[in-house]
Amino acid sequence: METAILVEKLKARHPDAVLGSTDRYGTLEIQVDRNSIDRLVETLRADSELSFNMLVDLVSIDYSAYPGWTGDRFGLAYLLKSLALGHRLQLKVAVPEEEPVVPTLSHLFANANWLEREAFDQMGIRFTRHPNLKRLLNHHEFVGHPLRKDYPITRRQWLSANESLMDEMEVRLKEKGYE
Amino acid sequence: MGVETFPVLTTRRDAVIAWGQKNSLWPMPFGTACCAIEFMGVVSSVFDLARFGAELVRFSPRQADLLLVAGTVTFKQAPILKQIYEQMCEPKWVISMGVCASAGGFYNTYCTVQGIDQIIPVDVYISGCPPRPEAILQAVLKLQDKIDNPKAVPPAQFKAKEPSFDY
Repeated sequence: METAILVEKLKARHPDAVLGSTDRYGTLEIQVDRNSIDRLVETLRADSELSFNMLVDLVSIDYSAYPGWTGDRFGLAYLLKSLALGHRLQLKVAVPEEEPVVPTLSHLFANANWLEREAFDQMGIRFTRHPNLKRLLNHHEFVGHPLRKDYPITRRQWLSANESLMDEMEVRLKEKGYE
Repeated sequence: MGVETFPVLTTRRDAVIAWGQKNSLWPMPFGTACCAIEFMGVVSSVFDLARFGAELVRFSPRQADLLLVAGTVTFKQAPILKQIYEQMCEPKWVISMGVCASAGGFYNTYCTVQGIDQIIPVDVYISGCPPRPEAILQAVLKLQDKIDNPKAVPPAQFKAKEPSFDY
């Protein structure tokens, strides 16, 4: 689909959500309002002419050391791909430092569950209505978010006791039909 | 009187036990990274760790007496390593294989333990990223020397550190 038509279609469907669009190295980038990202992605996924059925990656960005940056401190980039139609799209969301809260996509894409947990762990961005928003890479006693630019890279934190992970196991057992 | 006519050899009990221990080290690889792949090369036929009696690789700490920490140890992994070390029966020895396990390597970051000697006592360190198989053979030979001479005092710069983090 032509990118201009795609943007027009999205604007007609969600006039408040689409803030702008640019061409980012040959890929269409759409700036999206933070609070309507889930509704917009739902449309992108459900519409048969768009059918963005794959979330390739979710990237969180800290702009605090970015040269000449005046916008919000954090950003999220959602990379979407349509397996059926072969086109790609990038969605950019600005996230303010005072309230780093974004709606979850975990009900639309299964892999968004862990990608959002990683963004929460490393950058401290919280996702509303996420089923299991806890640290993914760092241990559970870790304080702070290490990929933020103001986290000292060599500040190390000892873990006193290993996590049993039984809460994760119980969910898996229930999924597989064991009680 | 020669050995032929009187087939008995007198020695010390410590020496016999040490001889047995050093020639039948049962290693347990705690492999977390690429060093563990190099360890596979050492135990297989070309370099053949079996020539030094350490071929019986165990994957249970309760059956092993040599813990071979091969790879990067993160802070999330540190309590696990400590627990595995404590599960091993005495006597036990530790070889820190590669620069990541010995000193954190180039992972000078928030997530990597800067040397496993902060958690558990280490007998022999191996440098390299990853070490050559010959270096691992050398480390096993060094450890055998150490088992043979338990009272030998190493030079000050080679003294084993006390673990600095206490679980």
